[in-house]
Amino acid sequence: MVSEEKVIVCDKLTKRFGDFIATNEITFEVNKGEIFGFLGANGAGKTTAMRMLCGLSSPTSGNATIAGFDVYRQTEDIKRNIGYMSQKFSLYENLTVLENIEFFGGIYGLSDQQLKTKTAELVDRLGLKSEAKKLVGSLPLGWKQKLSFSVAVLHEPKIVFLDEPTGGVDPVTRRQFWDMIYEAAERGITVFVTTHYMDEAEYCNRISIMVDGKMEVLDTPANLKNTFNVGSMDEVFYQLARGAKRAD
Amino acid sequence: MRTLKFLLRKEFRQIFRDKAIVALIFFMPCIQLIIMPLAADYEVRNVNLAVVDHDKSSYSQKLISKVIASGYFRLQGYNASFKEAFALIESDKADLILEIPQDFERNLIREDKQKLFVAVNAINGTKANLGGSYLGTIIAAFNADIRLQLIQQPRFSAFPVIDIVANNWFNPVLNYKVFIVPGILAILVTMVGGFLTALNIVKEKEVGTIEQINVTPIKKHIFILGKLIPFWVLANIIFTIGLLLARLIYGITPVGSLFTLYIFISVYLLTVLGFGLLVSTFCDTQQQAMFIMFFFMMIFILLGGLFTSIDSMPQWAKLLTRLNPVRYMIEVMRMVILKGSSLKDVLPQLGVVSLMAVILNGWAILNYKKTN
Repeated sequence: MVSEEKVIVCDKLTKRFGDFIATNEITFEVNKGEIFGFLGANGAGKTTAMRMLCGLSSPTSGNATIAGFDVYRQTEDIKRNIGYMSQKFSLYENLTVLENIEFFGGIYGLSDQQLKTKTAELVDRLGLKSEAKKLVGSLPLGWKQKLSFSVAVLHEPKIVFLDEPTGGVDPVTRRQFWDMIYEAAERGITVFVTTHYMDEAEYCNRISIMVDGKMEVLDTPANLKNTFNVGSMDEVFYQLARGAKRAD
Repeated sequence: MRTLKFLLRKEFRQIFRDKAIVALIFFMPCIQLIIMPLAADYEVRNVNLAVVDHDKSSYSQKLISKVIASGYFRLQGYNASFKEAFALIESDKADLILEIPQDFERNLIREDKQKLFVAVNAINGTKANLGGSYLGTIIAAFNADIRLQLIQQPRFSAFPVIDIVANNWFNPVLNYKVFIVPGILAILVTMVGGFLTALNIVKEKEVGTIEQINVTPIKKHIFILGKLIPFWVLANIIFTIGLLLARLIYGITPVGSLFTLYIFISVYLLTVLGFGLLVSTFCDTQQQAMFIMFFFMMIFILLGGLFTSIDSMPQWAKLLTRLNPVRYMIEVMRMVILKGSSLKDVLPQLGVVSLMAVILNGWAILNYKKTN
């Protein structure tokens, strides 16, 4: 349920690495409960921007508040209120499904009782009952990604950041993954997601497209297709990204 | 505190999940403690000797058999000429040549003086040095024997005679193992603890799991504690096993109290593990961490006073050893185990090591950055 409350407010947020401007003065707002698609070609600066919003990277200039907390001074407060799923799978492969859930739940301060119910719910929801005691490293990628997501929202954060969560995942699992995203959004969790799949872009409430570190457009998928006068998001993306100077 | 519980649980699970590493952690020190003290001995034996005897008299024979009977030398050649004997040195078959000149016996008896020639192969410095001095001592003893036989002992010796009797305190029979085992144990604990911690955080960086940790509200000092405690426990267990082995195999029981020993080792381990963690926070790959640790471990161990005495180092090196935690550990191990020093006696070392522990761990916490 999208509300009027702003949970992400970005104002001219910039990150430089020497001469290279990875993220160039991006300005946008995201509402509570929104599914916000963050698109762009490889190297456009998406991950850098997302890392700044998560408090993993300090901005060079500009301002941003996440869940009301400042990205310069209150990174640890931000971290208490967000979930993050990185591009690279980053749960512990040499721990079991249950052990990973217990660990991350514990780190976020869940009580034993909460841990117990949450874990049972999660294992049930993911259909991982028989795999619960297996090492995470032995699971197929699709399950790993669903588990990663579930762990990222285990502590009911205000916002969850997903960096290419469905890369390399089969279409059926992707579909299930998006069902989970919708469920989270229903519960009022804001979803900030990057993707290269344009069908997924259509699932978002609003999307932005970054080109060479700048945010070129920001609107609903329907409006974007109208503006560019094309039939699909693919074409919108193609028209914008074609002009990009940066490549991999 | 609750967070720490989860961290520790996770860390222990990960350590004990890798059976190969667990086996290595426990077996490696045991094997090393069994092999090294028995094999790596300072005492030089088996010095290869070539003899060139131009005299072939009963005295020269006596001298040679006395040298061989000492047990330190192996007769590798009984050569007719020095040239022949030197060929043995050149081919590395001999370390020493003892040349007995012609008329050795005659000159010794008639003229009361004779010269012997000893040539030393100085490629292996220690062996040559010690071998040469052994040989000198044996010849001097031989000389004394002969004088006793030939000369009527005057009532007062013509030479001033001061006989020195040494009493070896704390290690009365100069048992080399008693000296080396506590030192080796100190180094083993250092190596295992240091390397394991150095590779730990950096491994999380390599695998990418650190990212998932950094995005949680976990406190930096809690995270570092979570990495420190498991290896501290592990290293203490290894140390205990080592002490038991030292007792079972070498019969070494600490003269001082175990309490003192464990107080010191507890603090010392914090220093070593803190150092490992610091290295880990600086590095991006396990390879980097490994090389940096090797670099420092070599210095720590060679300047630690285990293999060479710190007292005989040049002044600058002596100063350098003050920054070396291993030095204090070896010192205290020997003090407590051999000499029976009390906690009060090791307070200076304990103070330095405590300070190092605080600095290194504090630095590691500062240097671990959750936000770049």
